[in-house]
Parts: sequence; C-alpha cells; structure tokens
Amino acid sequence: MAVKDVPQIVPVWRNFKDLVEWEQLHQTRPEGDKHSDLFVSLTEGIHNFPGGFALTTVADTFLNWARKSSVWPVTFGLACCAIEMMATFASRFDVERLGMVPWASPRHADLMIVSGTVTIKMAPMLKRIYDQMPDPKWAVSMGSCANSGGPFRHGYHVVKGVDRVIPVDVYVPGCPPPPESLLNGLLLLQDQIAHFQRTGRRAEPTPKVD
Amino acid sequence: MTAEEVRTRIAEQFPGAQSAGDAPVTVMVPADAWVPLARFAKETLGCLFFSFLSAVDWKEEGLEVIAKVDNVDAGISLLLKTRLGSGVSACPSLTDVYRGANWMERECYDMFGIRFEGHPDLRRILLGDDWEGHPLLKSYPVDAPHPPYR
Repeated sequence: MAVKDVPQIVPVWRNFKDLVEWEQLHQTRPEGDKHSDLFVSLTEGIHNFPGGFALTTVADTFLNWARKSSVWPVTFGLACCAIEMMATFASRFDVERLGMVPWASPRHADLMIVSGTVTIKMAPMLKRIYDQMPDPKWAVSMGSCANSGGPFRHGYHVVKGVDRVIPVDVYVPGCPPPPESLLNGLLLLQDQIAHFQRTGRRAEPTPKVD
Repeated sequence: MTAEEVRTRIAEQFPGAQSAGDAPVTVMVPADAWVPLARFAKETLGCLFFSFLSAVDWKEEGLEVIAKVDNVDAGISLLLKTRLGSGVSACPSLTDVYRGANWMERECYDMFGIRFEGHPDLRRILLGDDWEGHPLLKSYPVDAPHPPYR
C-alpha cells in the first residue's frame, strides 16, 4: 500500500487578507529598529552642531532610562527553564521592581526570554512571535539549550542555539539557570539598554560583568 | 495459565514461532504470521492491554518490529517480534486487532519509515509534514542540515 498523500494543513490566519499582509510586513521589515533617513540626518546634524551633543546625549539618557525601566517580557515558556523563569517572575524574586511586567501578548512586549530547547518544529513559531513584537525589542537566551543546543545538541530535531533563529542580546548559562542567574542576565540587559546610542541604534555587545 | 502453557499453546498454533522467556514471553514470528499472532494473543490468551509498539534497526539484517501486549488479570505479558528482512520496510498493521496500535504505528512510520499495510491513516505524527528521512534509522545522518535553522 502506498502512503496516502499528506494534505497540507493551511493555518487559519491564511484565510484573512489583512492578517496575511500583517505577516508579510513583519517578514519583509528590516532587522532591528531603524529610523527614516530624514530623522537620522536631523539627529546627526544636531549632534555634530557645536554644543548640540549635549542635547542628544541628554535625550538619549532619558529615552534609555525610560526603555530600560519598562522592559516587558513576553510570557513564553518552552521547557524546564520556564519553571525558573516563572520563579523569577513570582513574588520572591519579583522582576516587577525592575519595571518588568510579564505580558501575555507579543504585541505589547519588548523582551523575549527564550527559556528552553528550541526544536526545529518550534523554530518557525518562535520566529513568528519575535516578528510580532514591536521595535525596539530584545532577546535573552536562557539556559544551555537555547544558547547552544545543550545536552540535545546532537539530536536530530534541535536547533543548535536560538541565535540561529533570532538575534540574541544576553546569554544566560546554566541548566537550568537559577532565578538569580536570570535576574543577573536581565540586569545586564538593562545595562546594555542604557548604553543605546542616539535613539534607536543597537548597542555594541559589551557585557559588563562585575 | 502459566508462561509454560502460553509457550506450548503458541507453539501448537504457530509452528514457525520461536518463543522464550517467562516475563515477558518473547515470541518471534515471520511477518506473515504477525497479525494472526496478535489476534491469537488478544482473543485466546486474553491479552487485551496493548502496551507499546516500536522497532529496532539491525542495519544489514533489516528492521525488527516489536509489540508488547499484556493480560493484566492473569499476569501474562507477551513480547511479539517480527523481522522484516533486509531492505524491506512493509509490515502488516495491527490496527484491526488493537485500536491502540494506530498512533504507535504512525510514530513507528515517522521514526523508522515502516509502511504498515492496512493502516487507516498512515502519516507523520511527531515530526513536521515536510521532514525528509526517518531519524531513528541507523543510516540517518545525525547532523543532517535542516534549513533554514541549522
């Protein structure tokens, strides 16, 4: 008996025209947070004007303070690391004092904590959720599996590190990392956000480990 | 019914079968006696509980399909085995006897590429529909690239 032809299951959202356009907008959008050429040339002009740097750097400091004080992570648990992530979100470690509110929608979130093994089957969904987040956005890779594949690296079904799917800002090692580690990672991320350069450019990855 | 009696009755019914062991009683039959043996185990020996179905890749010697069925009341457990032979990937399906074999055979098809003849819905169950190859075969390259993610 020959195996029957497998019917291709079409996702529900493909039936709606505006949703298809929305998806395509996110797919074709340039990476990272970009501004229009006019805005860039304007800020460059102000910055290079004698004494103008004071204005731009003060504006940057203020904007970065605002950004790093309200990093909302999207609620996105993948594996056992998600238990530690939940412990970090809960009252004992309480990331809300850092201005982080776990939010159940990628549309309102700024940060994605990839907490666990990313399988090849899950990777398109992860990419899609990341695409749905508005700019500027950050990603924290939590645990060995998300960093490099971890103990499942030589499995047939595992993506060898989530940085092959989305850009990652902070890697938190551990299997799983305890809440203190994740908290340290989130503080490093806030430190990194504070070093954003003039409105919107992604900072150089210079982790400052004390 | 003891394991000794079970082995005797299987030997009477299936002359080509090799059986050994007590718990579980391991029965090896040719592939054409696969479904009759399962039916005999269920209807005559009362092994109503279908525990699992899987396969082993013995490289040059071919694939071996394994199923375990239990009679929970009498405490009998049977480990049914069949060798498909080198290069053969077709096996009769147990879905007519045990309905629980449906998903197990789908998984077995997914991982080993065994085509179960008579299965009502033989398609992949764990891996994506566009997956190429069957990863638990020994000939599957472990680091096979799967674009665009690795």
